[in-house]
Amino acid sequence: MTATDVSTTVERSVDAATLRAALSTHARPPRPGRGSASVTFAWRAMRKIRHVPMQLFDVTAFPIMFTLIFTFLFGGALAGSPRDYLQYLLPGILVMTVTMITVYTGMALNTDVTKGVFDRFRSLAIWRPAVLAGMMLADTVRYTMAALVVIVLGVVLGFRPDGGPLGVLAALALIVLFSVALSWVWSSIGLRLQSPETVMQASMTVLFPLTFASNVFVDPDTMPGWLQAFVNVNPITHLTTASRELMHGHMDSGAIGWVLLWSAALTLVFAPLTMRLYSAER
Amino acid sequence: MTLAIEAEGLTKTFGETRAVDGIDLAVKPGTVYGVLGPNGAGKTTTIRMLATLLLPNAGSARVLGHDIVAEADVVRGLVSLTGQFASVDEELTGRENLLLLGRLLGFSRGPAGERADELLEAFGLTDAAERLVSTYSGGMRRRLDIASSIVVTPDLLFLDEPTTGLDPRSRNQVWEIVRVLVAAGTTVLLTTQYLDEADQLADRIAIIDHGHIIAEGTSAELKASVGSGALHVRLHDAGARPEAERVLAVTLGVSVERDADPAALTARGATPDRIALGLAELVNAGLTVEEFALGQPSLDEVFLSLTGHPAEPQDDDDNEEDAA
Repeated sequence: MTATDVSTTVERSVDAATLRAALSTHARPPRPGRGSASVTFAWRAMRKIRHVPMQLFDVTAFPIMFTLIFTFLFGGALAGSPRDYLQYLLPGILVMTVTMITVYTGMALNTDVTKGVFDRFRSLAIWRPAVLAGMMLADTVRYTMAALVVIVLGVVLGFRPDGGPLGVLAALALIVLFSVALSWVWSSIGLRLQSPETVMQASMTVLFPLTFASNVFVDPDTMPGWLQAFVNVNPITHLTTASRELMHGHMDSGAIGWVLLWSAALTLVFAPLTMRLYSAER
Repeated sequence: MTLAIEAEGLTKTFGETRAVDGIDLAVKPGTVYGVLGPNGAGKTTTIRMLATLLLPNAGSARVLGHDIVAEADVVRGLVSLTGQFASVDEELTGRENLLLLGRLLGFSRGPAGERADELLEAFGLTDAAERLVSTYSGGMRRRLDIASSIVVTPDLLFLDEPTTGLDPRSRNQVWEIVRVLVAAGTTVLLTTQYLDEADQLADRIAIIDHGHIIAEGTSAELKASVGSGALHVRLHDAGARPEAERVLAVTLGVSVERDADPAALTARGATPDRIALGLAELVNAGLTVEEFALGQPSLDEVFLSLTGHPAEPQDDDDNEEDAA
């Protein structure tokens, strides 16, 4: 371990007197409330983003690359001009970015379980769902931050949404809502699989086809019929359509309805499942 | 007087494997109780049941007077667990780890911070407070882990193999911490694979094998039951070994083994008196002893003597312990 050389210079011995003092001074405070415990877990997740910002940006870098490649390489051919294509593409890229970083929820949970931190949390006298509630709270912040990165990039490149800030905000809210619902899927997977890497692989195996076999990049009209059939029931397509329309000042209540329905369904199935797997023995 | 731990017939099965098979324990408050056994013997499973992380399949246990199943939440409020694999958050700093625990235990922001600083100081981690735990050495991690367990001083502390994988210096530090904790009134249940660790720290020791307690008592009682340790003798002249072997076998009254070293012999199970006589007899016979050593009975020897099989990891339920 490379850290060993550094740590020996810093390491000092345990001071028995200080330790004795530290042991005798404090009484047991009252138990934290549900909200307080959840916020503490959210704080924990936010600190980690601060220490390892990569979990936000290595997944964002990929969509940024896609935005640049698709806009400038294919934009002219696909939509007449790169600028016109960007108006179509950016809401889709936003959906792709945020849904892709949802896999980190499952990975983080799996890391906790495999590293043993969970044992400590589970042996504390706290409201048990607080761990998950805090995680979802932090995810909301994480997803919003990643979305803002993509939106700012879009505006710099020339994205001008007709719906204005209000339309963008509405789309953002819808994307974050769906992503939090989707996170429950990865969190239940994260509690079942053996390592963070397998969680990543499993999640990506599901997410990649979902993202590409959708209307994120192109209008599905020119796709073969069987593919269109899939694209049209794909929740990513509904989310992309709804966000695209909202950003450009239209309300596609059909697509929005589907997104809300998918979000509710995913939450209703996978949130209780996650809770059960979390409380289960391991 | 309420016992700190009182278990009767505690049993846990994983599929076909009986990881813990009817364990009885009685631990007095304010003492250190050692659970000694090889990997996969059921130590971790026992601790996890007592710390309310696993439900027993049969039997019952009361921790500080509270049932571990019916009153699990009360038990959680009174005990702390330091798991076998340092259960600290590697992606946070040392100070943040303690802050997190402080907040989860109900301290408000200010007192949680003060408590964190106080513990960092006591555990010699002040200089590393703002560093990510992923950069800590094994010994530092272990200390932070124990510090996390006493943010609120628990009435009972579970330490699962607290020194496995630590260098001797870190090991001594952990031992020192345990001694101070016990002096301050905390009861400690610790598991270990090392006889000398149990010997150093524990008031009473239970030896566990295949989920059963096969011996229980003070360190002195257990050693007496096993016989004393091994005598290792190295002769000046390898040619004198057969003669030395005969002299020792007669004087000590135990079998003498030839080591791989052609000039060395090992005799196990003799009493210290006999060993002293045996060495004198070697000298009387004109055999020059170049060096000799008396080993404490090792865990292997204790096991061999109690179970008739060596203390090797038991593969079948090893996975369960690792997966924890």
